[in-house]
Order: sequence, then structure tokens, then C-alpha cells
Amino acid sequence: MNSFADRFATTGTAAELRRIKEYVADDEDVSDSMWGSEAGFGTMAHGAPDFMVPSVPDPAAFLRLHTDDHADPSCRIKIKHGTTTLAFRYKGGVIVAVDSRATAGSYVASGTVKKVIEINPYLLGTMAGGAADCQYWETYLGMQCRLHELRNHERISVAAASKYLSNLVYSYKGMGLSMGTMICGWDKTGPAIFYVDSDGTRLKGDLFSVGSGSTFAYGVLDQGYHWDLTDEEAQELGRRSIYAAGHRDAFSGNTINLYHVKEQGWQFIGNYDVSEMHYNGPTGTQGYGYSVRVEGRSSANPPV
Amino acid sequence: MSIMQYNGGSTIAMVGKDCVAIACDLRLGNQALGISSNFEKIFAMTERTYIGLPGLATDVTTLHEQLRYRLNMYTIKEERTMEPETFIHLVSSTLYEKRWGPYFIEPVLAGLQRMPGGSFRPFIASTDLIGCINFAKDFVVAGTASEKLFGVAEGLWEPDLAPEDLFETISQTLLNAVDRDAYSGWGAVVYVITEDKVIKRTLKGRMD
Repeated sequence: MNSFADRFATTGTAAELRRIKEYVADDEDVSDSMWGSEAGFGTMAHGAPDFMVPSVPDPAAFLRLHTDDHADPSCRIKIKHGTTTLAFRYKGGVIVAVDSRATAGSYVASGTVKKVIEINPYLLGTMAGGAADCQYWETYLGMQCRLHELRNHERISVAAASKYLSNLVYSYKGMGLSMGTMICGWDKTGPAIFYVDSDGTRLKGDLFSVGSGSTFAYGVLDQGYHWDLTDEEAQELGRRSIYAAGHRDAFSGNTINLYHVKEQGWQFIGNYDVSEMHYNGPTGTQGYGYSVRVEGRSSANPPV
Repeated sequence: MSIMQYNGGSTIAMVGKDCVAIACDLRLGNQALGISSNFEKIFAMTERTYIGLPGLATDVTTLHEQLRYRLNMYTIKEERTMEPETFIHLVSSTLYEKRWGPYFIEPVLAGLQRMPGGSFRPFIASTDLIGCINFAKDFVVAGTASEKLFGVAEGLWEPDLAPEDLFETISQTLLNAVDRDAYSGWGAVVYVITEDKVIKRTLKGRMD
């Protein structure tokens, strides 16, 4: 029997079997395990595009040696860090607010970063940690969400989209991915927020803040948050919270990007300069800044 | 994280025509957390000598007091004010005294030196944290934003600037440099020193 000829023949039992195998097998580069069908514990790395890795015994250790992994800031290759992002759910939908500063060490590398990633008209992702990691994988998530729509003739739920992402990053655990993100949107269950990070954590909740300035944002957010906020109040709370972080945290600031997710999809509300908010506020009548508010009110704070 | 960056802050001095200028930011931080926007790092030592002390905040106060004490002793014993060129050597030896346990400060000095004929010559200098003096002819910088200050100053400074032009140049240099530094900013103070007066101005800066 000529097995070589068999292997390439277009007729016969072997060819028939080959055709069936091709038909049954996944035609995309995604395995079913990515959707949690193996309870999230499958070997999932083969489901995503694969990357070239340095030819050393432990590629993750090699990368860690040459990049600043938080633990070693003296490394020459700096990955951009430092951020404040927040999202909260309320009666009128979801408010998403972020700053726009990117720092490499103490250097302010950019003040105009887009930290909200528009996955599709109903889904937003926020960016904290490695900018490239967030940008790449959330864009990739957008592709997979579109494929889900085409396959199922239905929009993907926020829960499913966020689980897809968390399963994906979990398959790279220990490889140095760095992302802390909130997947926000509106699906048939209503407004929803999921916190997903590169450790594999995935949390559902009403209110999250992520990044170096998150503690400052939480301070303002917790103080002003309740479910029955009006749209204007909610947007103001998001803006005011990011301002607080931009002011106090050295690694946050420059400008604020504000989004509102409603039933009809997300809406970009505006871009606000943090310093402008400090001195003049969003309407130009009353600044957020402490010194601006107390100036001239007592002999300890005389008018300038 | 270096102890030099623990509190943040930056200083710059520039030479003009028959005048000098010195400026600093107002931030005092605890690493990434901003604490105060009212922490001045420039001190008047004599009528025409000003020193900027960026670095570790606890040493800013200590070194300032130490220098003030030594300067006063000199003034009393010699019955004359100290000239800036003499003062920078006092700063240098004060710092070198602590060669193996230094003050974490990189001083910047600006002043007008009295010449034998009675006229004044602009004088600036800086030292490192153990007292190596740098006599520059154009500008000196120090602090967490020093690299950024060098870059902007190199582009904006020109010789023989009149007091008002020098003020504009040093202000723009400082303000734009600290906006690129996470540990500096939160307002600024500028001194322009001329033969007959010293002008102090507080600048509005970005508050993030």
C-alpha cells in the first residue's frame, strides 16, 4: 500500500476522513474552551494568536529581567504605568471616567492617552496597567464579540464578554501581562460592570476604581454615590472623582475622559482638563480646588 | 526609588543682563502622594544672594538653618555681608563635611556679586549633594525635573536678557519642564534679582 500517495489522494477513504475532520474542526483560531465550557480550566493558550518568544528556557523570566515589573524600577525598559479609572452603575446606566496621563518612571510620557477602549457601541473597556496589553486584548475582545453576534444573532452579554477576557488573560498567567480593566456595558440584563485583571480576577459589581489614583477616586466616589443619582449628578461625580485623583496622585492627571452607557449604547460626554477643573470647574464658575474654595474665607486664607 | 525623589521638587537659576533669576516649584509630596502646594525651596540668604534647596524636605529645613547660622557668624565676625561666590564655597564645604552621610540636597544659587568698583556682576552656581561646585555662565538646574529643565532651558535661554525677558524665559522653562515631571509642579515661585530691587512672583501652575 502506497501510504504517501494515499495521504495526498483526493478520492478514497483517507481523503473522505480528512474532509470530515476539516469540516468538524473549528475553523477559527479560537477553541471552545475559551467560552468556559471546560469550566475555565482548559489549556487555552492555543485559542488565541500565538506570539514569538525569546529562545531561552523561561521566556517569562527573561522578560521580567529586562522590564520594570513594579518590583525593579531601575530597569532600562519601562512599561507605561500609573492611572486612575473608575466606573459605576446607577439608575441611569453606567458612568465611566478615566484620566489621560501615561508615565514612564517619573517622566510624563503622554497627557493625551485614550484609556477608554470602545469595544463596540454597547461595550467599553478601561485601561490600567500595561497600555499595550489592554489595548491589544480589548481590541481582540471586540473581534470575538462581533463573531459571537454573527454566530448567535444576538449581542454578547457583558458577563460573557468579560469572562472571555478573563479566561484569555488567565491562560497567560505568569507571563508578565499587566492589566486592570473594567468591562462596562448594557445588555438584556441592564447596565453591568465587570472588573477583570491579569491575575485572573473577575468581579461583578456596582462601583469600581482601578489604578495608582484609585484610593483618591474611591474617597470622592463613596461619599457621593447612591443608586438614584440623576444623569447630571452621576456625570459630575465621575468627573469630580477623577479630578481628585488627578490632583493628588503624581501618576494621574492631565485630562478626564467621561462616558455614559445607556440602553441605546455608550455616549462620549466630554474631555476635561484637570487644571481647568481645579481653577474654574466644568461650568467655569466654581473650581474644584481646595485653595480655590477657601480663598478669602478666613484670615488664614487671605485673597491672593 | 531614590531618597532624592522622595519629596519631589525642582529649582532653576538663570543669568540675564545685569540681573539673575531663580525659580522653584511648590510641591511637597510623599512619593506619589501630593501633600502641600505651598512648599518654597528658595531662601534669601543676603539681600542679593538667593539659594534654592531642592531634595529631601527634612534636609531642606536643616541645611537652610545650618547655612543661615554660618552666614550670620561670618557677618558678625567680618562685619560685612557675604558675596555669592564666597557663599557657594561655604555651601560646598558644609556639604562636604557630611561626605559619608550627606544632606540629600542639590543647591542652586543665584546672586549679584559686588565688584571692586562697586558695580554688580551676575553670579549663578550649583553643587551636587556632597559639594562639587558647578560655575555655569548661562543656567543651572536641580531636582526631580532636572533633565526636563535642561532640555527646555537649552532651547529657550539666550544671552543678555533684560529682567522682564529673563522672568518670562525662566517662568516658561520651569512651568513647561515640571509639567513633564510627575514629582514636580503644583505652582511655582520666581525671583528676579536686579541691582536695585528683587521681584518675587508666585505663578499659577498645573495642579495635577
